[in-house]
Amino acid sequence: MRRRAVLPILLLALIFSSGSPPFRAQAIEPGEALKDAGLEERARDIGRQLRCLVCQNQSIDDSDAPLARDLRRLVRKRLVAGDTDREAIAYIHTRYGDFVLLRPPVDERTWLLWFGPAAALFVALLFLLWRLRRSRAAPPVEALSAESAARADALLREGGDER
Amino acid sequence: MGSPRLLYLAPLAVFAIVAAAAAYYLSSGRDPRLLPSALIDKPAPEFTAQGLSVAGKPLARGFSSAFFENRITVLNFFASWCAPCLVEHPQITALSKVRGVTLVGINYKNKPDEAAAWLARHGNPYARIGVDPTGDLAPEFGLYGVPETFLIGPRGRIRLKHVGPITVPVLKDKFLPAIQALKQ
Repeated sequence: MRRRAVLPILLLALIFSSGSPPFRAQAIEPGEALKDAGLEERARDIGRQLRCLVCQNQSIDDSDAPLARDLRRLVRKRLVAGDTDREAIAYIHTRYGDFVLLRPPVDERTWLLWFGPAAALFVALLFLLWRLRRSRAAPPVEALSAESAARADALLREGGDER
Repeated sequence: MGSPRLLYLAPLAVFAIVAAAAAYYLSSGRDPRLLPSALIDKPAPEFTAQGLSVAGKPLARGFSSAFFENRITVLNFFASWCAPCLVEHPQITALSKVRGVTLVGINYKNKPDEAAAWLARHGNPYARIGVDPTGDLAPEFGLYGVPETFLIGPRGRIRLKHVGPITVPVLKDKFLPAIQALKQ
């Protein structure tokens, strides 16, 4: 019983740990960092949520591209100017569009993306449930009538004789 | 659902649908790397760009977002180090000659003397040239490379954005009709 519990726990640990790898490539250059550690931490956090548009699958925090560097500087400029995290992201979002967000926004165009897998699972579960119910509700096998039983007995006996 | 045998064909049907969609999008010639601009039909961002000058000697006047009022403007981001900018240069020059259109340029991350030499060699079609030496202005326009070209309407709204060089077909099929529509 105890051994059985080990595997799921290991799997769960693996799933949750993969979200935040302990070592992360940082493209940020020393001169870019803000002196205020709190602001810099927020800027890093925002940088990880924004896509570098010329590398297309790196965040601006991960990329060495000049455009990523310019966007990192812009994020810091906005934060120093007093923007909240949300405002700083919105500032870049209005200029670069949805693609700059590594996490797509939830709206009517992305419902399929966000809820499609859950909906597919739901439909599959409904189908499974329906099938299970149908097989359980299947009519019981009819008992043999006396006449059929007699015939079956006769046939079996005949077969036994031949052997 | 009478025959479960037909049910075995369901995965095949799903696969066929997915394959058809993939074939459609792959053969449609649509380039997924081209991003729609978030700025279309929005007012041009506010900015002021210093004019291009070499060693203190002004070569062109700069401009600000107020410049877009009451005129049809083509705004072109360019640099002398950018090869596609040279490819589109004849078409950009043609745009500068369209009646009722003012062509302005932003010289992007370029050394002023190199920009000046490039313009002297290939011709300067720009009515005004502002500079963005550090790349601070570019993100305001959602720029992610050069060349990029914007068509801005008389009330300062961005009507069109083109990423990459303006080829002859882009000029004829995209810019000229849009300019024509703005004039009416």
